[in-house]
Parts: sequence; structure tokens; C-alpha cells
Amino acid sequence: MDKTATKEYETVIGLEVHLQLSTESKIFCSCANKFGEDPNSLTCPVCLGLPGSLPVLNKKALEYGIKAGLALNCSINPLIKFDRKNYYYPDLPKAYQISQYDMPVASNGFLMITDEDGKPKTIRILRAHLEEDAGKLIHESTCSLVDYNRTGTPLLEIVTEPDLSSPQEAYDYLQNLKLTLQYLNVSDCDMEKGSLRCDANISIREKGVIKLGTKTELKNMNSFKAVKTALEYEVSRHKKVILAGDRITQESRLWDESKQMSFSMRSKEEAHDYRYFPEPDLVPFVVSDERISEIKASIPELPFTKLERLIKEYKITEYDARIIIQDNAISDFFEECTLHYKDFKKICNWINGSLLQELNSRKTKLAQIDLGALEFTKLIQKIDDETLSNLAAKDVLTHMIDSGKSVDEIVKEKGLSQVSNDSELEKIVEEVIADNEKVANEIKEGKESAVGFLVGQAMKRTQGKANPKKVGEIIKNKLSKSQ
Amino acid sequence: MISKEDVLNIASLSRIHLQDNEIDQLTKNLEDILEYIAKLEKLDVSNVEPTSHVLPIENVYREDKVNSSLGQSAALKISTENQNGSFKVPKVIE
Repeated sequence: MDKTATKEYETVIGLEVHLQLSTESKIFCSCANKFGEDPNSLTCPVCLGLPGSLPVLNKKALEYGIKAGLALNCSINPLIKFDRKNYYYPDLPKAYQISQYDMPVASNGFLMITDEDGKPKTIRILRAHLEEDAGKLIHESTCSLVDYNRTGTPLLEIVTEPDLSSPQEAYDYLQNLKLTLQYLNVSDCDMEKGSLRCDANISIREKGVIKLGTKTELKNMNSFKAVKTALEYEVSRHKKVILAGDRITQESRLWDESKQMSFSMRSKEEAHDYRYFPEPDLVPFVVSDERISEIKASIPELPFTKLERLIKEYKITEYDARIIIQDNAISDFFEECTLHYKDFKKICNWINGSLLQELNSRKTKLAQIDLGALEFTKLIQKIDDETLSNLAAKDVLTHMIDSGKSVDEIVKEKGLSQVSNDSELEKIVEEVIADNEKVANEIKEGKESAVGFLVGQAMKRTQGKANPKKVGEIIKNKLSKSQ
Repeated sequence: MISKEDVLNIASLSRIHLQDNEIDQLTKNLEDILEYIAKLEKLDVSNVEPTSHVLPIENVYREDKVNSSLGQSAALKISTENQNGSFKVPKVIE
């Protein structure tokens, strides 16, 4: 075996995430910041880069940038400025992108992940800066088509230090980052719509070596899973190249999802000569401590703090708590339920089971449906007091979400209520006994096992609405009494 | 010192094609400009705050309010060619 093959390598990964901020208007002009409209319908002289037009910063975009920076434990820079990043590409009408170079909104933060041994690991965040998104290019066979609607969408670029040691860690970082950002309501974080995009820098080095290996930059991954797969591919590609005695070329590579391979973009070196200089059309921005405190106060309890608190406060399992914190609205809903109903485990079961199933099958979120915590706990109570069977309760939940009606209304309308009323049940049992005289006689003679058959007949007769426990009791009662 | 290579690099970054006789001329022009500007380096600025903007103003914002856009047809009027509501450009794939 080749001697080099026994060498151990370690992986070094850094991620750049571009997050589209969900402001109403674009970052430097008043065009709507909206996805899926007719091409070029949301454009103006500013975002088309027409001569003489001037950008003005959207106050909300800066606020969102600061908010995200704070949630990622960054320091907010007291003086913020914008710079021009120069390059030619048809999706960039000004031939420069307004970005931030040396005075970004936020720097030196961190986000926690769990490493492969299950221990907490700190991933340092180098910086988060604001910039404008470019337009969207569609490549046809003989030409390219440009839609400038996306031009000027506010972006926050969040850059980590090279602290991630495996594709799995990169995946976990992205999950945790997305969850944290979702709690802030600054972006819809939808990778499919491109509102969250991720580029990855990766290199490998021999274990024990301090100097970083030559890195490549991976682009064009359209899901977190694709980021992980692309990184796994790239790690093994680097190893193969190095073990063959060759050198890695520093370059950008495109991930091809259908081929499951990365390909060199073969871009010229000069493409990276961005010649940054201060943007003369925008004045600097000073963020006061008061403003920072105000924004800090608007940040809700973040997911991982909430996770720990829920486990401690409600004595629910970590497994349950992890599911509940995946959506801020769900975790708020859970806590509201606990005000009305005290079996917290049961609330978890109903949220993480039937409710999430309902939401998933409708491809919707809790915030989008009309379901109150009080009604939801009333539904669970109806099972406790034997008004509803488990199965019937699930059915009621479906109708509650469909119609927005109350539990009581639906139970009444659908006649789903379990029949527990003694006189009603007695009448049914009498009918069943009359129809099954032979079995009834067997029971009278002591064949207890036949009771179940009669209970089954009573259930059939009531379409499952009879309370089976009570029916059994009445049958036994009647057949022993008449002895 | 500005070299011929610097000039060619800047020209290529700026998508400008230069004739041979222009290259020498521009090298000299750029050299003169830099020499002239270099006088500033002699100034003592140790007591001057670094600044990124000529105007002593800061925090000029707009509120996050949507205003009407040009619309598709007006936007496309400035295009040399268009197709399906989009600006049509020579095929580019980086």
C-alpha cells in the first residue's frame, strides 16, 4: 500500500450564507421586495443602475442586519459604511455591487453546534455585512435573459471562520443558523426560493499541520443536504488529488446536483480583483448604544435557550422539546396550552403527532391556520373525559383546522360524541341482547369471554360512538341480574 | 511606477480594448496622475480623523415603504434587445 495512504487528513470548512431580508421594499430604492412577479416589473432607475440615480439605505434593512448580528453574538460596529465591489456581469447593471468591505454591520460573533462526540462546539462568525442582491439570469441556448426584479433585494452575508471540521458539522451549523434566523422574523429562510443561499470554502490538511491547505469554493447547492453531499464529494476529491501527488488548484467549483459532482468554473483570476472603494453615494451610518439596546430588546428568546428552558420547566423530554422549538409559533402554542392543561407530555404528543401531521399534509404553518390553544386543550380533555375516542379526536382536529369551529360545535354537528348516557346505552344493549339470544344465554351460563362479542355488536350499531367500557358493564349487569 | 502590464490589466478589467499606440500614452498619463496625487502623501494627517465621505453627514435613511416601480414595459424600453419580459444579452456562463 502507498505510504501516503496511511496519512490522516482533517477537513477545514468555512461557510458564507447569503440571507435575503424580508423587508417590504428593496435595500436602496422603494421597489417592492417580492418574489415571483413578472420579470423586470419591480425595477426603477436606482436598481437598474441608470445614470444620475442615487441609492438611499432602507432603515429596516439595517435594523434587520443589526438584529441578526446580535442574535449571532456579534459586536455591532458603531460606525458602518458601504463600499463598491466592482465586477462585470449582466446581472449587475451598475457593474458594481454596493456591499461592505472593512466596516460591516457586525463582526466577531459565534453560533453553537454539537460536534460528532455530542459536545458543544463554538463556530466563530467572522462578520455579517449588508449588500444588494444581483438580478436573476436565465440561460437559453443562444442567449441569456436577465430579470432585474431581484436586483437590490437586501442581503445579509454571514461568514464563519474556518471552524467546521466535517460536512456534518457544516450541516448542523446551517440548521442551527436557519432556526435562529427564523426566530428573528428577518427572512423566510427558504432555500428553494433562494432566500437563503450557501457557499462553502473547503480545504484539507495533514493532521498536526497548522498551515491551511489550498481551498476550493463550492457554489450552487440548493439545499442543506446538497451542501453536505457536495462537501463530502469535495473532501474525497481533495484527498485523491493530494494522494496522487498533485496539488489542489484554488478555484470556485459548481455543484451539479444531478451528476452529484463538482466542476471547475474556470473563471479567470482577474474576476476576483474587485477593487473595493468607499461608496460615495452613501454617507456613513452611526449606530448608537440606545438603538442597539432597542433592537436587542426586540429579539425573542432564541431556540436553544428555549430548548433548555422547556425541558427544565415542563419536564418534557429533549426529543419532544427539540421538535417543539423547530417553529417559534409552535413553541409559543405549546406554552399557551400549558396554561389550560396540565399533562404536558400529552400536549407534546398531540402537537408533535396529530397537529404536525395536519400541518405537514396541508403544507402550512401553525401561524397560517385558525387554531387556538384553549380549543386544542379542550380537545385533549374530551379524550380524558371519554367524550371522544382517540380516533374521533383526530377527526375533530381535522375539522377544527378546516372550519375554524370549536370542539363542541364539531362534536355536536358530526354526532361524534361517545354515547355514555346510561339510559341510551341500556336501550342499545337490550336490542343487542334481543338480537343475539344464543350468545346472551351463554353469558348467563357463565361464559364471560362472549361479552366482548356483544360489546362489538353494540359498537357496530352505534357506529363506534358507544362508550365500550360502559357497554361491557351494562351487559354483564343485565345478564347476571336476570339469572 | 505604472507598468504596461498594469495598464493592460486595468483595461481588461474595464472591458476597454486599447490600440498599441494608446498603451504607451496611457501608461505615461497614469504615471503623471499618480505622481501628482502622491504629493498628498507628504501631508501630515496625524491629527486628521479618517473619513470615508466628503460630507460631514451621517445616517441618511429612507423608511421601508414601497413606491411604484417603472414597470416592465418602461424598464425594457432601455434594452437593446428583450425577450419574454427580460433583457436579452449575449450568452454568459461564468
